Amino acid sequence: MPAALTVTDLRKKYGELAAVDGVSFEVARNEIVGLLGPNGAGKTTTINMILGVLEPTSGSIQIEGLSLSEHRSQALERTNFAAVYAALPGNLTVYQNLRVFGLLYGVKSLSSKIQGLLDQFDLRKLENAKYGVLSSGEQTRVSLAKAMLNEPALLLLDEPTASLDPATAHEVRAQIREYAHQGASGVLWTSHNMYEVEDVCDRVLFLSHGKILLEGDPKALPHEYGKATLEELFITVAREPLTLQG
Amino acid sequence: MHANRTYAILLRQFYLLSGNPARIVPLFAWVAIDIILWGFITRYLNSITASGFNFVPALLGAVLLWDFMVRVMQGITTTFFEDVWTRNFLNVFATPISTSEYVMGLVLSSIATSFVGLAVMIILASAVFGLSFLVYGVMLGAFLLVLFLQGIALGIAGSAIVLRLGPLAEWLIWPIPAMLSPFTGVFYPLSTLPQWMRYCSRLLPASYVFEGMRAVVTAHDVSVGNLVLGSGLAVLYILLAGWFFGHIYRLAVRTGLIARYSAEGPG
Repeated sequence: MPAALTVTDLRKKYGELAAVDGVSFEVARNEIVGLLGPNGAGKTTTINMILGVLEPTSGSIQIEGLSLSEHRSQALERTNFAAVYAALPGNLTVYQNLRVFGLLYGVKSLSSKIQGLLDQFDLRKLENAKYGVLSSGEQTRVSLAKAMLNEPALLLLDEPTASLDPATAHEVRAQIREYAHQGASGVLWTSHNMYEVEDVCDRVLFLSHGKILLEGDPKALPHEYGKATLEELFITVAREPLTLQG
Repeated sequence: MHANRTYAILLRQFYLLSGNPARIVPLFAWVAIDIILWGFITRYLNSITASGFNFVPALLGAVLLWDFMVRVMQGITTTFFEDVWTRNFLNVFATPISTSEYVMGLVLSSIATSFVGLAVMIILASAVFGLSFLVYGVMLGAFLLVLFLQGIALGIAGSAIVLRLGPLAEWLIWPIPAMLSPFTGVFYPLSTLPQWMRYCSRLLPASYVFEGMRAVVTAHDVSVGNLVLGSGLAVLYILLAGWFFGHIYRLAVRTGLIARYSAEGPG
């Protein structure tokens, strides 16, 4: 069975500047991988390439063994995402957004799927509310419901709990963990909350200047590099990446 | 081609229209005002000219046909602009939808909205100002078809321009019909124009429609060959506009424009 995501020697250059520079990694089924790094490290560029909205300069992306460049539609049917910078149309209601995106992703039994997600993300009372008038936490829950519509083999989450209160964030983390570990899905997760990453992710990749600098178990990795916490390691990656190379 | 994905674009537009009366009124309000204004102008012209020439089918009919083409074009661009205004490109183009399915969704949305305007114009023009469509005979269908096709081509090309140049370029798209109308000869024969403008007119499918319409109302023979030429040009322009949109989309994916659209939005 192929991995949920296989990225091989991925590069994106803008002129002489390499935003992503030869990145290779896999996300296995039932695995949550944290993609970490300071601002400008290349996380969002990598995610945009995996979503098919940014063409790599070189390298390949395979989703469940399907090449994104050769089988774009089939590969993207198996993918979905939620990101803080990709709000859904604010002039559609929660239900309308889920219906439109369900059709775009070709979801079978869409009506019952939507009903299930409305319950799962506690959106029943907001079903007919316009997305644009919801609080940021409610919008995040709708975006997550949209991201789960097609039960993607690969779920990309860019700071999925950034706008949630601690209780809701805890609940959402549990739901995503359950989704990844009970189904056959892989999750690529970016966050600046290192406690969350340590709690949720099975493995983390540290990106710096477009390259993967470190990779490993978020609980063990800090000690391997003489740091007390993942946050401390993150700060070192951001400020002194050269001290960690080699 | 997956019908579900195309239907999603159409359904989104239906949701927007059904949820807000302010979006429904413009579908027919401006064209209705045009028909009323030109209806009274034609009545006045009929009353002051001794020739007995009936201006209603020549001028009011021309306004109706021209407005129809403009509504078709705007039906496409407005649906496309929804994704611009709501910064929705990243969400839409990260789905399995292809550019041809997306463009087909824009076209279907335009058919739905432009035919509302057409119906209102026909009712007003015939009921209030006595415009009889029997005057045009079977040619009416051919006229509408050519204008529909040109409107589709303009709408797709306009959407591609905004995709390439950014949200503010929408203000380059709205005036396109007004810029084309002098060359199209909506209200006057092309022979009125200087030679260089006539060369340009020959490239516009709509110019063959309005020449044909004037031939009908002055009891001259309509050149079917010219209408076929106009249709052929319009189909060619649709193919070119589709290719142009696809080319701009691929460029946008290569340069990161699609992703940046969500980050920047209009402004």
